[in-house]
Amino acid sequence: MGATQRPADRAGTDWPARLHVVTGKGGTGKTSVAAALALGLAAGGRRTLLVEVEGRQGIAQLFDTEPLPYAERHLAEAPGGGEVYALAVDAEEALLEYLDMFYKLGAAGRALRKLGAIDFATTIAPGLRDVLLTGKLKEATTRTVDQRRVYDAVVLDAPPTGRIGRFLNVTAETARLAKVGPIKTQSEGVAALLRSPMTAVHVVTLLEEMPVQETVDAIDELTSLGFGVGRVIVNGARPPLPAGRMVTEAELTRGLRAAGLPVERGIVAGLHGEARDQLIRRELEDSLRGDLAELGVPLMELPLLPGGVDRAALDALATALVPGD
Amino acid sequence: MPSDNATPPLDVDQILADPGVRIVVCCGAGGVGKTTTAAALALRAAEQHGRRTVVLTIDPARRLAQSLGLTELDNTPRQVKGIDVEASGGELHAMMLDMKRTFDDVVLAHTDPAKAAEIFANPFYQAMSSTFSGTQEYMAMEKLGQLHARGEWDLIVVDTPPSRSALDFLDAPARLSRFLDGRMLRLLLAPARTGGRSMFSLVTASFGMFSRVVQKVLGAQLLTDLSGFVAALDSMFGGFRQRAEQTYRILQAGETAFVLVAAPEPDAVREAAYFAGRLRQEKMPLVGLVLNRVHRPAVPELGAQESRAAAERLRSAGGHEGTVEVLLAHAALAEQSVREQQVAARFTDEFPQVPTVSVTAQPADVHDVDGLRTIAAAISRS
Repeated sequence: MGATQRPADRAGTDWPARLHVVTGKGGTGKTSVAAALALGLAAGGRRTLLVEVEGRQGIAQLFDTEPLPYAERHLAEAPGGGEVYALAVDAEEALLEYLDMFYKLGAAGRALRKLGAIDFATTIAPGLRDVLLTGKLKEATTRTVDQRRVYDAVVLDAPPTGRIGRFLNVTAETARLAKVGPIKTQSEGVAALLRSPMTAVHVVTLLEEMPVQETVDAIDELTSLGFGVGRVIVNGARPPLPAGRMVTEAELTRGLRAAGLPVERGIVAGLHGEARDQLIRRELEDSLRGDLAELGVPLMELPLLPGGVDRAALDALATALVPGD
Repeated sequence: MPSDNATPPLDVDQILADPGVRIVVCCGAGGVGKTTTAAALALRAAEQHGRRTVVLTIDPARRLAQSLGLTELDNTPRQVKGIDVEASGGELHAMMLDMKRTFDDVVLAHTDPAKAAEIFANPFYQAMSSTFSGTQEYMAMEKLGQLHARGEWDLIVVDTPPSRSALDFLDAPARLSRFLDGRMLRLLLAPARTGGRSMFSLVTASFGMFSRVVQKVLGAQLLTDLSGFVAALDSMFGGFRQRAEQTYRILQAGETAFVLVAAPEPDAVREAAYFAGRLRQEKMPLVGLVLNRVHRPAVPELGAQESRAAAERLRSAGGHEGTVEVLLAHAALAEQSVREQQVAARFTDEFPQVPTVSVTAQPADVHDVDGLRTIAAAISRS
């Protein structure tokens, strides 16, 4: 699809940023949420880029495709003619590309890799690694062809909450190491983009104690570092409890009998126990929901998808995240 | 579970009681209850089996840490009070890993105070000791080695870092030690050894070009710092490598038991399978899989379809709202249980000989000793 045919930016959309950084504690489903957001933002004829930076190949597993190379590839069609591209950024490749861009290395770059120099350079200075990764993000976010942005939005499946502050805070890390030179300039440019309204960091959580605690901590850290927090996204949420009371065993016995089910003691007690556990869980969820609401960050909930995450489920999540116009 | 296949059950009590087992390593993907499992196993070893136990945790939830008396991160084991060891005579100690401090200790142990101060002041050391992607794993191993060497404990239970991939735990020490005495560092050391004439005067042409590029990109100051860092660490290479290799050998020995921890979710199970394969390859003793957060209906004889159909009948007849809700919730639970078994089967089909125990999901999160005791009892099926 040609760039000029794409619809204009959606004014007043609920997702105003261009670069969406999706983090969350491990196991909360941040990769699925990032993918769904990329699909949702592409719907209706737009083009988005879904990026991963940790070499996990989580996107490829999610979409059941070949491992992603360090190149932007068409990943999926979004409803209404949109397109999602995907990219797995690799720090070594990014460094080579970067050096090549500025110093025309050519075959010498490959020689450096053989020598282990690239691995070395990205290992010795973790901040350098992150500046290369975020630098690539910045490039993709701001890239234009014929004065038109190539991607309407870039969605990053980011490192988890425990590492997100350090990952985004590239200038602090590199300032410690590189006091002058292009890397310093580069990191300052990246930092400016990451702290601008063009970027929003979204935190994915479950209604469980640890993920909620990490969400609270991460938002604290991100805010103090000057990054804009977009949303807290509760994944796998069940609706809040209806204000009801717990059914008694006697009521349950009558109900089961009316339904024509057996009413032996073991069955009634078993089902009653299940309901009690469920109630405890739901009450805890409601209280955690309250904790999240107190953060003052827009909160949204994605439904629990019983069938696991396949393409249909991703589309359902995409619609939940970005409802159609 | 209705139809367990041929997978043998995991008997953790047998492992925890065995005086020949001195180290239990809990590993698996993040977010599967690894830390809780490690703490629960350690508690049980102390309370039920009378062992003098220490648990090394990496990043415990705040309230769990508090329940173990870990209010500050001081990098030394502290005895956990208020547990039930009167009958068994065991002890439980707990500690939280302080990565930077452990690294500092390693440096201090291998060099004189003046040199150590120089290393601590170097920006590369600061970056590496707090952010190098493998440092936490390496330091967990280092701490394990230290605790083991002190010989004060009957049993050391280790929680592993929440890595990007569970495999980092095994790879990082080797990577770090390879890095520390690798060819690149030797090349960078050359100038320091030749009196710092020219940064890379003695090395190959392509490396010379690399250094020019690096100088241009990163600035000369950075190279000076790097060179200083490397020169200061030079005397310690042998020690670093030796320690990493020692710990690696301990992990292969019969006194170590690896316990895989997973939850019945695709990612966690895939990680567990990778890890099991890897342990086999490295000849490291895997004793079993703890499958946490398993959902099991209390009334398995009532199937999901039947339960849902009954709920519909009641609903259309009117009344019995409470029962309708219970039946629908039961149907969802039964379906979830079936799905989880399918996911778990991806592991058990591939590793049918690995003993496994399923632990039912707790309705609320665990953050006190009583909760840990309950979990431990569930893991040991008692």
